[in-house]
Amino acid sequence: MLIARVIGDLISTEKHPSHHGCKALLVQPLNLDGSDRGDALIAFDAVDAGIGDRVLVVTEGYSAMTAVGRPNSPIDMAVIGFIDRIDLIPGEI
Amino acid sequence: MYLGRVAGCVWATAKDPNLAGLRLLVIQPLTPAGKDTGKRVLCTDCTGAGAGETVYWTRGKEASFPFLPVEVPTDMTVVGIVDSVEIPQAAETVTETPGTATPAGAAGLETAPTAPAPKIQAKTPPRGRKC
Repeated sequence: MLIARVIGDLISTEKHPSHHGCKALLVQPLNLDGSDRGDALIAFDAVDAGIGDRVLVVTEGYSAMTAVGRPNSPIDMAVIGFIDRIDLIPGEI
Repeated sequence: MYLGRVAGCVWATAKDPNLAGLRLLVIQPLTPAGKDTGKRVLCTDCTGAGAGETVYWTRGKEASFPFLPVEVPTDMTVVGIVDSVEIPQAAETVTETPGTATPAGAAGLETAPTAPAPKIQAKTPPRGRKC
């Protein structure tokens, strides 16, 4: 799973039929210190997340499909939760 | 899923029988701002995407699901054509929760306007920009 921030959304008309009705979000993976980590990804929304939210993203098919409720569909990433707080032992960053 | 642009096609005559009739596209991964990033990859296609179009693609076993019940040996498939990518300016500011263990939120807010790395600049296209 990844920590990420929702930075935008994606609009698509021509797509796989199983994707219709799913909200596609652009999420930017983050490091523990809050800096960007790699490139932004597209994840389907399972928790009604909005832009600016810090969220939990799964990057594996079965969990993503289950979270979105579309089994056997080509979905490999989903936003499955909001992150309220991260506590780290001092010196662990 | 990942953003990408159709950069070309691959033609293969001798291949797995389950790949017969499928298009193979060369995809250039993109940032949300439309800039190239990373190496090009080959994807099967279930949308009919054309050259130069912005698409999104999926990786892993899920990539073969659009072709069920045929078990296609693929690990990347284009599953949608992107109309637009919308990134509001407000998303620039980091919304850290109070009580976070690190000064990351403060650092992010201070450095964003003063030291715009290329990556940050790339995230500020006009609203509703067409890729």
